[in-house]
Amino acid sequence: MASFKPTKIPIYPKLGEKVTQDTVYWKNYKAPVQIKEFGAVTNIHFSPVAPHNYAVTAFTRIHIYGPFSQEPVKSFTRFKDTAYCGRYRSDGQLLVAGCEDSVVRLFDVSGKVALRMFKGHTKAVHVTDFTSERYHIFTGSDDYTCRLWDIPNATELNTYQEHTDYIRCGVTSKLNRDLFITGSYDHTLKLFDARVDKSVITMDHGQPVESVLLYPSEGLVVSAGGRYVKVWDLLKGGQPLVSLKNHHKTVTSLCLSSNGQRLLSASLDRHVKVYNTTNFRVVHNFDYAASVLSLALAPDDESIIVGMTNGVLSIKHRKSPEESKEVSHQQRRRPSYRVFVKGKNYMPKQDDYLVSKPVREYLTKYDKHLKKFNISKALDSALQAGNRQRKPEVTVAVIKELDRRGTLKNALAGRDEKALSELLHFITKNMVDFRFAPVLVPAANMILDIYRSVIGQSPVVDRQLLYLQDLLQKEINYQQELLDVLGMLDTLFASSVPRKELLCSSSSRTNGLAQGETASTARPELQAT
Amino acid sequence: MVEHGDIRVVHRGGIARYCRFLCERGIFCCCRFLLCGSGYEVKVFSTSTEECIHDLRAHTDLVTGVLLRPSNHLQAYSCSTDGTVRLWDYTDVCNRLMFAMMCVFAEFQLVAVHLPQSGDQLVEAREFSAVLSDVSSNPAATSFGRGGEYIASAKGLQLEVYFFKKQKPYRFFLKEDNKKGGKNTFTCLACHPKDDCIATGHEDGKIRLWRNFNHKKEYTYTTLHWHHSAVSSLCFTPEGTNLLSGGIESVLVQWRYNQESQRDFLPRLGAAITHIAVSPDGALFCTSHSDNKITIIRSSIQVSAVIQGLVKGDSVRTDLMVDPRSKALVLNGKPGHLQFYSLQRDKLLYNLDIVQQEYIHQSGLEQFEVVKAAFDAYGNWLATVEERKQKPTELELNLKLWAFDEQTQSFMLNTTISAPHEARITAMCFCHSTDSQTTVLVSVSKDGHFKAWQLAPATHTEGPSWSCDFVGAYHSLVPECCCFSADGSLLAVSFQEVVTVWSPASWELLTTLSQPPGAIRNLCFGQLTCSKYLLGTTDKNLLCCWNLLTCSLEWSTSMDVSLLLSDPFSENMAAFCCQAGCTDLFVFKPSEPRPLFSHKAVCLGKVTRAVFAPREKMLESCEETSQWLNHSQLYFVTQYMVNTQHNELVISDSVAMTPFSVLLGKRSQQEGQEAASSLLAERTQLPQGSAAVRELLQTPAHVLPSTSFLCSMFVESLLISKQIKRKEKKAAQYTTTSLWLNNTLCPKLSRQKPSLYCPTPILHD
Repeated sequence: MASFKPTKIPIYPKLGEKVTQDTVYWKNYKAPVQIKEFGAVTNIHFSPVAPHNYAVTAFTRIHIYGPFSQEPVKSFTRFKDTAYCGRYRSDGQLLVAGCEDSVVRLFDVSGKVALRMFKGHTKAVHVTDFTSERYHIFTGSDDYTCRLWDIPNATELNTYQEHTDYIRCGVTSKLNRDLFITGSYDHTLKLFDARVDKSVITMDHGQPVESVLLYPSEGLVVSAGGRYVKVWDLLKGGQPLVSLKNHHKTVTSLCLSSNGQRLLSASLDRHVKVYNTTNFRVVHNFDYAASVLSLALAPDDESIIVGMTNGVLSIKHRKSPEESKEVSHQQRRRPSYRVFVKGKNYMPKQDDYLVSKPVREYLTKYDKHLKKFNISKALDSALQAGNRQRKPEVTVAVIKELDRRGTLKNALAGRDEKALSELLHFITKNMVDFRFAPVLVPAANMILDIYRSVIGQSPVVDRQLLYLQDLLQKEINYQQELLDVLGMLDTLFASSVPRKELLCSSSSRTNGLAQGETASTARPELQAT
Repeated sequence: MVEHGDIRVVHRGGIARYCRFLCERGIFCCCRFLLCGSGYEVKVFSTSTEECIHDLRAHTDLVTGVLLRPSNHLQAYSCSTDGTVRLWDYTDVCNRLMFAMMCVFAEFQLVAVHLPQSGDQLVEAREFSAVLSDVSSNPAATSFGRGGEYIASAKGLQLEVYFFKKQKPYRFFLKEDNKKGGKNTFTCLACHPKDDCIATGHEDGKIRLWRNFNHKKEYTYTTLHWHHSAVSSLCFTPEGTNLLSGGIESVLVQWRYNQESQRDFLPRLGAAITHIAVSPDGALFCTSHSDNKITIIRSSIQVSAVIQGLVKGDSVRTDLMVDPRSKALVLNGKPGHLQFYSLQRDKLLYNLDIVQQEYIHQSGLEQFEVVKAAFDAYGNWLATVEERKQKPTELELNLKLWAFDEQTQSFMLNTTISAPHEARITAMCFCHSTDSQTTVLVSVSKDGHFKAWQLAPATHTEGPSWSCDFVGAYHSLVPECCCFSADGSLLAVSFQEVVTVWSPASWELLTTLSQPPGAIRNLCFGQLTCSKYLLGTTDKNLLCCWNLLTCSLEWSTSMDVSLLLSDPFSENMAAFCCQAGCTDLFVFKPSEPRPLFSHKAVCLGKVTRAVFAPREKMLESCEETSQWLNHSQLYFVTQYMVNTQHNELVISDSVAMTPFSVLLGKRSQQEGQEAASSLLAERTQLPQGSAAVRELLQTPAHVLPSTSFLCSMFVESLLISKQIKRKEKKAAQYTTTSLWLNNTLCPKLSRQKPSLYCPTPILHD
């Protein structure tokens, strides 16, 4: 007749953050490669041409790394002092870098010695960049000026003295040869036009500006300074669009994903956050070991490269499709497709008589024992299965089933030292989990009742019982603290919600929810004591 | 010998039985047919197709036993509490009424009746001789021995064997309790057909095989033990090679005779086995179960067929519901299941497993029970609540949401919410909104909150699932019932004396209505044109009607309404009022102060559940009192049974197309009326008949069936049926079918056993 119904293993909702498309995408990177540089990594810049080498500016050197190399393929060491802002030209042939000694140097990527030295600044140059027509260089310096230089004859074209503090960031337009934006510690962003002698647009960021970024369309500009990331609309004359405050320390670097859909910001708080550029919500978050100073994404998001204050360069490469597939199917190899379709694609002929084969039901070991009412064996095999598969819910479901059958006490009784300590180990491991507490707490009570007479005979079991007691005490303290916090929150809610006639529903809603959660976890612990 | 007074039928022979439900006990006639007593009739089932082939009707009370005639295997005896034993030719449904047994006694006695050899249809048996006095009322505890040489009967702790030749009874006694604390009380017995051996079943699950019982002292017995609870039925196969036993474990055990260590089992038969029968050739077994089911089993211990009536559960804890898709009546069935019962076809469609756990047949074990269920308006979603109360403090609750799957045509589990509330859920309803975009379920619990559950859209990893959308409370009062308005724009939740009206769109409390004193018991929105009215009943005997446009009380009246429900297909509302042990039915429209229809004393006892079921075909009755049944039928459950309430007279007034259909239609209706009606029905029959005559004469002959076919029916339609006259007036014009659902629910009834009493020897005429 009806077949045996196997024990139902409940599926618990996954706690923690929800898996979104973004999480899947941004988690799909390999373990990072760490390279130690000589000092804090202040700038990383990718060559715009294949094979997309990248220049890493750290201390007095600029190292060039290949896309998959762990050793620098080239290094520029002819700096007298700390180098800043090594950047490629759009054809990938030339590299420009500022220096603490106020000289701007231009290198050929294949050579070693500087091709040109631009002298004129009086203080350290932190910002250098090529303009889009490739023959000019724009620099920004701690002497509050920014200048335009001509590459062929190494002369200064123009000087802008509008900022009133250090200029620490800037970017040139990729579409217009004359436009560039600077960000300064005087809290402003300025858009300059080389055709006129002064800035065109000034935007007030409100904090010392650390990084500035232009959208590929160049209609929007993003600035980072202090804990804020702000987005400005250039087409509306520098109107602020969004202000984001998701970091709790200064944001140091900004970067766009290759398709322009995601914005990444790095901060001294050791996080890199990924924003959706349509609604500017944080969709993902990377944690790093030290404060992040510089950040770059390889074309097509093939790798994320992050430079930190402790001089470590962390490179994360994207997993190849085969590798990412491997992760999801890490279990043993299944039989091939051919095995499953074997004989299935045979079409019966007209007079053939179909004999249906009864589907054999497979029962797990504990279900087989449950079917035969071998309750102790069922519990044993459930303990094994739960431990082996790291799925405590299996064991808990079997304990619950035994409880429903009214035979849990019999199943728990009559165990030797080894079996009992295994059982106690499982219970102490999982009892404080609020999903399992309603089942495991009565079971623990039963164990204490059953084995009360033999306490003191086995040091192993005694140790575990003491541990259990300790655990319960901790959990009670924890729940008490939670209740304290809840009380405080309730006071806050009550004072913040304005008194209205029919608003009792909304306030009671928060109460009801919160109380429900804690009560369900708190109650079993109290009973256990 | 014969004591006059209360008349009861006492069962005769080995397979005496006692029948209450749709099908309780069966016997095999041969391999092809299975006979079983069912209510007032004996049903003949085919063992291969599970279909009911014949209904043998003549008894006027419950059939208590069926027995094959040993001399002619095409005939069977049946006995009933009406005091008759009838002999049937079950193959051609011929009733040869044999004799009335006028025998019977204050104590249960076993009597021998000499069958009068007479050709008469009705014979009164007058020759009795008492065989054994003081026998058990349980027919399974009496059996004929080998070749009818002796008869064995067990009662309490005593086994009595009476040898017909020696005319001498032997009595054997057991101790009350054995050393291990098992109870030795006899529950049933069976005699070996070829050997001098009696198998007895006991309260503690033991089976004893008695031998040598024709000696007072030297009797022996061997004990077999497998069952953990009382053995409820025992049966030997015709050759005596196997012994079958069954009990509450719902496992059929086959013991080899003389090799008792070899056993075969057929587990998981669904419900406790109440009776076992074997076909005369031994090829088929059949077990009848406590949930109104007969299982036919091949001798190789494989189930070959299942005959299932309306599943008799412990109680109807869910409301009666109608599945909007299949129009089936939905209520508790097997433990942990919901049954879908087609009212049109009077057939069980399927059982839906809600709990999805192995059912452990063990007395005293708390099981999960389905306590609430609700359908949404289109039948796409089913919500169920199951609960298990182990200790007073611990209540396990699960709320499950089932989605209808078009491919498999059944409900698939979508979401399980464990512990949705902290206390018992008292009411649950779906939002009946016209747009199926947002489906909202509201559950109301004793923990002082009501929760709204909403279908969350599918994410990329998993399909759509349900989650809590809102938790509402009102001044820490305990909510009792909830109701959505017809368009789904308002939700009314009653908190003791206060009705709160919420907007499901924003979850704002719109208004509160109250009419103290008395907590609200039922809450119901009006339907269709009356949807602006909200009706509530209080436990202080008040029926109130609020107008939601003005938020004021429209009218109220003082009546003790035990149940109020609205017909979703019309504006009508039905109110059941319990008064002095009887229930009155009122049907009214919320907009009119005058009831459309009222019926005093619809049934005995309190009506606990009721539902309006849609009719397959709309009736067009213009009679004012019956108009309310045009769209739907009203079904209700009292404490004792499921009743259906619909006006059968209205059907016969409907226009008949041809005299043929008048005649045949009339005929089939009469057959359909099991509890067949009333003086009133009889009166209307004559004008009906004359209309039929008129039309018969006017219709051209070539469109009529042959005269020989029509003649008997035509004549019959003019006769006043004898059978109808005898019916009690109580059945009145409204009762048509009464499905006996439940007697375990009402200990009162089973104590009184009203059906076992016949007030007068009615077959004296």
